Amino acid sequence: MEPLVRMVGIRKTFPGIVANDNVDFELMPGEIHALLGENGAGKTTLMNILYGIYRPDSGRIYVKGKEVSINSPADAIKLGIGMVHQNFLLIDSFTVAENVALGFAKKQIRPDIEVKRRIIELGERYGLKVDPDAYVWQLSAGEKQRVEIIKALYRESDVLILDEPTSVLTPIEVNELFSTLKKLKSEGKGIVFITHKLEEVFQVADRVTVMRKGRVVGVKRRDETSKEELARMMVGREILFRVEKKEGEKGPVILEVVDLKALNDKGVLALKGVSFKVHSGEIFGIAGVAGNGQRELIEVITGLRKAISGKVLINGIDMTNRSPREIGLLGTAHIPEERVKMGIMPGMDLAENLILKKYFLPPFCRKGILDLKSIRSNAEKLKTEYDIVAPSIRVKAKFLSGGNIQRLILARELSSDPKLVIAAHPTYGLDVGATEYIRRKLVEERDKGAAVLLVSEDLEEILSLSDTIAVMYQGEIMGIGRPDEFSMEEIGLMMAGSRRMKVIS
Amino acid sequence: MRIAFVKREKAGFRRMIAVRTTAMLLALASVGMIFWFYGADPVEVYREIFLGAFGTKTGVSEVIVKLIPLLLCGVGLSLVFKGQIWNIGAEGQLILGAIAATGVGLWVPLPSYLVIPAMFLSGFLAGALWALIPAVLRAKMNVNEVITTLLMNYVAIRLLYYLVYGPWRAKEQWGNMTWSGFAQTAILPDHATLQTIPGTRIHYITLIIALTSLIFVYLLMNRTSFGYELKVVGDNLMAARFAGINISRVILISMIISGGLAGIAGVGEIAGIQHRLRPGFSVGYGYTAIIIAWLGGLNPLAVLVSTVFFSGILVGGSYIQISFGMPVGVINMFNGIILLFLLASEVFLNYSIKLRR
Repeated sequence: MEPLVRMVGIRKTFPGIVANDNVDFELMPGEIHALLGENGAGKTTLMNILYGIYRPDSGRIYVKGKEVSINSPADAIKLGIGMVHQNFLLIDSFTVAENVALGFAKKQIRPDIEVKRRIIELGERYGLKVDPDAYVWQLSAGEKQRVEIIKALYRESDVLILDEPTSVLTPIEVNELFSTLKKLKSEGKGIVFITHKLEEVFQVADRVTVMRKGRVVGVKRRDETSKEELARMMVGREILFRVEKKEGEKGPVILEVVDLKALNDKGVLALKGVSFKVHSGEIFGIAGVAGNGQRELIEVITGLRKAISGKVLINGIDMTNRSPREIGLLGTAHIPEERVKMGIMPGMDLAENLILKKYFLPPFCRKGILDLKSIRSNAEKLKTEYDIVAPSIRVKAKFLSGGNIQRLILARELSSDPKLVIAAHPTYGLDVGATEYIRRKLVEERDKGAAVLLVSEDLEEILSLSDTIAVMYQGEIMGIGRPDEFSMEEIGLMMAGSRRMKVIS
Repeated sequence: MRIAFVKREKAGFRRMIAVRTTAMLLALASVGMIFWFYGADPVEVYREIFLGAFGTKTGVSEVIVKLIPLLLCGVGLSLVFKGQIWNIGAEGQLILGAIAATGVGLWVPLPSYLVIPAMFLSGFLAGALWALIPAVLRAKMNVNEVITTLLMNYVAIRLLYYLVYGPWRAKEQWGNMTWSGFAQTAILPDHATLQTIPGTRIHYITLIIALTSLIFVYLLMNRTSFGYELKVVGDNLMAARFAGINISRVILISMIISGGLAGIAGVGEIAGIQHRLRPGFSVGYGYTAIIIAWLGGLNPLAVLVSTVFFSGILVGGSYIQISFGMPVGVINMFNGIILLFLLASEVFLNYSIKLRR
């Protein structure tokens, strides 16, 4: 049988990052093919290439045996490829029927009659119930996803790509989605299912391609693999390098979080009573798949999000729901998850970026007047000390590479000798050199006596840096212990929430 | 063949000048086409505009007269725009300043040497207050300030109409006959009007205030912690939150300054030029100032240059009405077309255009 899609030797780079490196991928008709990997492994990039959003730097794509060049989603749709993105691409103020028809109505006069008929027909056939006259803003996430699938089917897609489709669904909706997918499969359509959840692979996929760091680690049939094997492939067994690290000297408790509860942006409980302590001279690593409350946890500790109950104590002082400035002035450094969106001012220069946390304090500012000379000398000093590669301190932050942006943030946050360092995904998407540098810096801070809270999806990072690790799943801590108390596989499974460890404290 | 927009990694200063200049030239060429449709030789018209504005002593002095309100509004707008706070309401803030100054000048009993300072102060406060309403709505409830500031211009115009047609309308007297006169207030007493440079209409006190405000805003933007906060808010709101900057405070203060300066522009127009409040005393200075601030790249010093340019167009443009019999609307069109080209040219700063097969 001829594959529906064959991608050969795909390579795609973004400034500073190789997102896909010589990737091969194949999808057969009547197959649900899971694309498994951690965030940043390059799964979505690969599928965006197939859907024409990105163009590969090199590599070939065959659809139904013919080599094709896909320059835009319009090309992909013409070839029968449909994609449901993680963030839905629907127009809220339009009805379901209008969204489905948008650009693809088959009749010029009263297209709605035919469109609505098809929506109801497709809905009945595949269990995708949705009211064609409802406005999209009235729909739940699950219903919106159904609209997206109907949209793809209306355009007569044979290949359906779903990017982390279950992340927005309730358990019941997940089951409904899976039965829809099985129905589609039985009609000979090919489905690509992007996920980082191991259970889902075993529930629904026929084959799985595992990706790590932009490369394909392996392709397995579901019945010839196991959860343990996939977990190992996904997180990687070998450790690229070890950070030189002596045994830490634990001092007094610097950060204490007590039964913390907080909501996420959608108003859903994202932290369900989290408690832990981080000592001076300790790196406390929190592992877990993104979206399990880590972001909310960090935001509450740093004052960017309100806790609804529980306490955050820094140096024994109750800092719950205090402002980011008060928390910062207490000696807290924050290396944020979204380094470009939150960590820098892209349109301002290096010198200005380097004083973001201290611009109102001497020597940079006296009585509201800035001291440009000390701002400049501070920048020159930090640029050398932290090895920030930039033509001058007047260059705007947006022109720096990812690694140098992170060095900038590190320079700014660590130069004031913090007592508590909070680092979220500090090496995400960085090359090996920058990664190593940043890990070394975190260990240095620990050795100087700071308490370091490290949140990362990169298990190697957590295991090689942390003195204590915790795994978070759905707003709760699944287990706390020393790294040598857990195997890679155990942690991988805890991250997927499939086994709950006893809490060691 | 397709046209692809590729994001540029770098937009250099040179490229910015090149893109802006090209946009200006294309805008002038487009307006030239319209002159040509009117049956006038575009080159001749532009020559007339230039000579009308800068060729005679009267022309130059009139350019300075127009420059005063434009500069005050433009400088204030470049400040708020730097924080990405979109105050479209300078026109209304200017009108409120004029109303307050007229009220103080006509009716507040003060020693005569205090009247002018009181007019400037009240004008500043009235403009600031008018700007403060949308600023508070934005800061506290995240109401889009583009809409509110724009719509409050119309409220300000209606308020002006109400006053000059209603309670503030001056009685006219001829002999011993009185009747309700034109839609305007009584004329201001002498101690409530500004001196001018002899032989011109340049009310130099307002000019000095305008130039001082330019230096003040420049220093505020570049040499103070407030200016730093404003730039952070404008460049990355998330980073401002991250750094614990009080974003509401930045919005309120910058809007107060911006609205206040527009209010002062209104005071100058009343006390320096009109000497009474009447409808239509502002020919859209508050709107033109938006283009001025933008063309000046939100840098107060460059705003001075763009103000001279637009004052020149306003003054020179009035000559072409006479010489070529073109309607006044042509000048408004001028501003609109320049803004359109400037905004459209932004894309060439951030993207390079490539043809793909």
